[in-house]
Amino acid sequence: MGGMNALTKHATRAAVSATGLRKAYGEKVVLDGVDLSIDEGEVFALLGPNGAGKTTTIRILSTLIAADAGTASVLGHALRGEAGAVRAVIGVTGQFSAVDDLLTGEENLLLIGRLLHLPAAERRARAARLLERFDLIEAARQTPAIYSGGMKRRLDIAMTLMGRPRLIFLDEPTTGLDPRSRHIMWQLIRDLVAEGVTILLTTQYLEEADQLADRIAVLDRGRIVAVGTPAELKRRIPGAHIQLRFADAAALEAAARALPEGTRDDEELALRVPNQGGIASLRDVLARLGDGAAVEDLSIHTPDLDDVFFALTGNPAEEPAK
Amino acid sequence: MTTLTIPARDSATMLGREFKHTIRFPLLLVGSILVPVVLLLLFVYILGGPIGHGLGDAARGAPYIDFLVPGILVITVAAGSGTTAINVCTDMTGGIFDRFRTMAVSRGALLTGHVGGYVLRTLVTTTVVTGVALLVGFRAQASVADWFAAAGLVAAFSFALAWLSAALGLVAKSVAGANGSTLPIQFLLPFLSSAFVPVALMPVGIRWFAAHQPFTPVVDCLRALLAGAPVGHTAYLALAWCAAIALAGYLWAGAAFGRGTR
Repeated sequence: MGGMNALTKHATRAAVSATGLRKAYGEKVVLDGVDLSIDEGEVFALLGPNGAGKTTTIRILSTLIAADAGTASVLGHALRGEAGAVRAVIGVTGQFSAVDDLLTGEENLLLIGRLLHLPAAERRARAARLLERFDLIEAARQTPAIYSGGMKRRLDIAMTLMGRPRLIFLDEPTTGLDPRSRHIMWQLIRDLVAEGVTILLTTQYLEEADQLADRIAVLDRGRIVAVGTPAELKRRIPGAHIQLRFADAAALEAAARALPEGTRDDEELALRVPNQGGIASLRDVLARLGDGAAVEDLSIHTPDLDDVFFALTGNPAEEPAK
Repeated sequence: MTTLTIPARDSATMLGREFKHTIRFPLLLVGSILVPVVLLLLFVYILGGPIGHGLGDAARGAPYIDFLVPGILVITVAAGSGTTAINVCTDMTGGIFDRFRTMAVSRGALLTGHVGGYVLRTLVTTTVVTGVALLVGFRAQASVADWFAAAGLVAAFSFALAWLSAALGLVAKSVAGANGSTLPIQFLLPFLSSAFVPVALMPVGIRWFAAHQPFTPVVDCLRALLAGAPVGHTAYLALAWCAAIALAGYLWAGAAFGRGTR
């Protein structure tokens, strides 16, 4: 599912083009030369642990703060000098819900409509459509103070969409949401992409990047350490294996002799055999095991983005001291 | 509407938002009426007698309440500073300012909504407090023109304190901190001014401070207007302070806003 847009849209304009972005706060370097190139219509994920520089990148590209060095343009408008033009085509949903807790859901949308200088009829029409689309009709006349986390986030994104942006920044759109709300949010994001909107999202969830993104940039300590499709990133690192589980110690013993390259786990009665991938490799393993092997369970593991992340950054996704 | 320029339209939008906030969460407005009213009653009924006697000639024979009310009204103006600092800080730390700043919204409008809200709320609170003062025996000698001038001074001083409060709200790390940072404006400066007793009766060190801080000329000017007395040079001094505080607050707020959150 992820990859499709990237494959079907070849010759597209750059939605974001950034070179050498740097940002430091005093001694602390937050961005250390970030280059980004995002095509129009693409879902691009910035993946990294807390403190990697994801939010800072978003804040720079959405004109909230200026980079210390480097240049960037958004949909053809330079950040420096054309900030107004950039703001007219982007929408930003930050990490923390930027909704007005004292206004109702509908009033929040209408407020944004006013600030976009939309005519009154257009304001109301867009607000009504978004309330329906985001399943907020019942909540429209209530203030967000009583909303669930998922509803708040949906209102937040609805506010972002009032201006019909062509590029949307989503900073950790599902952080703090329960699994159901997360899946609703994922579907909303896919729907937006289907309408041709470009999305730059940040996430610390590897699964989320895998699910949504056409391309992923892995950000670590202010540097991009890898860029590619999820499949490309997974291919870059070893870790694929076949996991075999046996009924008893004798069966494990026999299998370990037949497959000496495997790593055995006596406690779990399991054998982990490296797998080059493909049917041939699997067939080879099964053939060497022989017909009589008492295999209880067999599973095939391809490396997930967790493996990718550890392999690329060389460190677990720990939280740095703030 | 179409003749309004974009910044004016955005300011009106933000002022409308402030209005809704005040209606939806009236606690802060009620608080900035209650505090001066409680002080008024406290000084009129409990502390006022002895203080009035002590004032002697300084009160020029008028009842203490007539001396007191202009001071209470200036405290009412200052009481609004907490509200604006809290509101601005909430917008700044809650992310809604960040949202507006990523939109093609006039930058100035985001704060002028808060500043306008302060001035309008203050006109409401001072009107209510004046009403209470009249009920408990305050008698003004002011002409209609004096009342308008008094209202103008209240508006000017609230405009000045609004910019200062907006700046304090912008630089505060938390809403509680924002409120705390306005406490000197709400309480310390009014008490160390001519609001309750004439500066001349204060201990020497404090007397110098009280005579040279902005609240004293504002209180003195308002007192003269409501007594129907000539305002003299206090009017220029009061307005000069208003202009200076407004400008300093405006520049400070602009710098704090430009720096962004982080």
